[in-house]
Amino acid sequence: MRRFFSEAYWQDTDIQKIIGNMLRIGVLLSATVASIGGVIYLLGHGSEKIPTYTVYVSEPGIFRSIKGIFNGLRVLDSSSIMQLGVLLLIATPVARVLFSFFAFLIEKDRLYAVITIIVLGIITFSMLGGIGT
Amino acid sequence: MTVLTFTLIMLAAAFLAGFIGSLTGLGGGVVLVPLLTIVFKVDIHYAIGTSLVAVIATSSGAAAAYVKEGITNIRLGMFLEIATTLGALIGATIIVYMPTNIIAVLFGSVLIFSAIMTIRKKLDPLETDAKSEMAVRLKLNSNYPTPNGKVNYTVRHVPAGFIMMIGAGMLSSLLGIGSGAFKVLAMDNVMRVPFKVSTTTSNFMIGVTAAASSVLYFHRGYIDPVLTFPVVIGVFAGAMVGAKVLIGSGVRVLRIIFSIVITIVAIEMIYNGLRGKI
Repeated sequence: MRRFFSEAYWQDTDIQKIIGNMLRIGVLLSATVASIGGVIYLLGHGSEKIPTYTVYVSEPGIFRSIKGIFNGLRVLDSSSIMQLGVLLLIATPVARVLFSFFAFLIEKDRLYAVITIIVLGIITFSMLGGIGT
Repeated sequence: MTVLTFTLIMLAAAFLAGFIGSLTGLGGGVVLVPLLTIVFKVDIHYAIGTSLVAVIATSSGAAAAYVKEGITNIRLGMFLEIATTLGALIGATIIVYMPTNIIAVLFGSVLIFSAIMTIRKKLDPLETDAKSEMAVRLKLNSNYPTPNGKVNYTVRHVPAGFIMMIGAGMLSSLLGIGSGAFKVLAMDNVMRVPFKVSTTTSNFMIGVTAAASSVLYFHRGYIDPVLTFPVVIGVFAGAMVGAKVLIGSGVRVLRIIFSIVITIVAIEMIYNGLRGKI
């Protein structure tokens, strides 16, 4: 573990390879989760009539918040599983930025650690609801 | 139509969108939004939310491969992500006040621009003198591997490129696209970055840009699970297959044909938008 945090390790290890793997794993994981939810949904609701998407009505609250989704997961609600897949997908590039922050920190590149924090700040601001919502 | 039929049709259509988007270099979003709104009559807000999530999937998948090759300029990408995420946030804020038909007209115009961008002659600048002090300070000058060894390049006009990236971020969140065409334009024409670096770095930034606005759209309820699930899987699979098929002599012809089709779709969107039908 100590080796992992040493500067030499990071110079040796290709950070780009780690970032590449992170992105790949994130996408595959989210696709798997969404597919599991999707198959369960189709088994239960496949023969129903499609909901209308012609007019925009906001999604019900349980599909719009992390808390709602986790409540749904407890009862294995298929739509909540699908939304979890979506959340994992959105989290993938954000996790990449978070990782870069630590990588820049270990490389002692303060300027880029700050730049990365700014990007994370903007995303967090958006996550908290942005302006006017 | 039952949910099962709808899901299967959606899956197939999204696969095609991802395939064509990847083959022509246009990207999935540009194909997906007109498909959802014009063919499936889906409200443009749902279409934008769904498409953004699909854009994250395709760009992250592609970025994973590019980053490993070492062509992507990660510092340049990180720095410009300040601009694109800021732009995405601005776009996600003003979309609430934008009538849907204006969004449709804007989309059509961007579509025509993207079509022109895919068939134009590619710029491949290579600057080697470090003229921009800002680029030096931000450590943006870098190199990329080629079969004949590493090629060094320098970056120019950092502030102008930054401002263009704010615009690219806004378009991404307003229209549910990756807006790769604008990002590449800013990096090639303005910042004078070599083409290979600009395309891969643009792709690297697209995921974060789309994530910044899609968390907000998720919260607002633009993202419906039943609609998003087949679209994301389909587009991603299509893009993967498209990336494997690529590089033949026919690609240029295909691009031209597809650009014409896209232009017709764009005119249709603008027409529908002006008549208030979208």
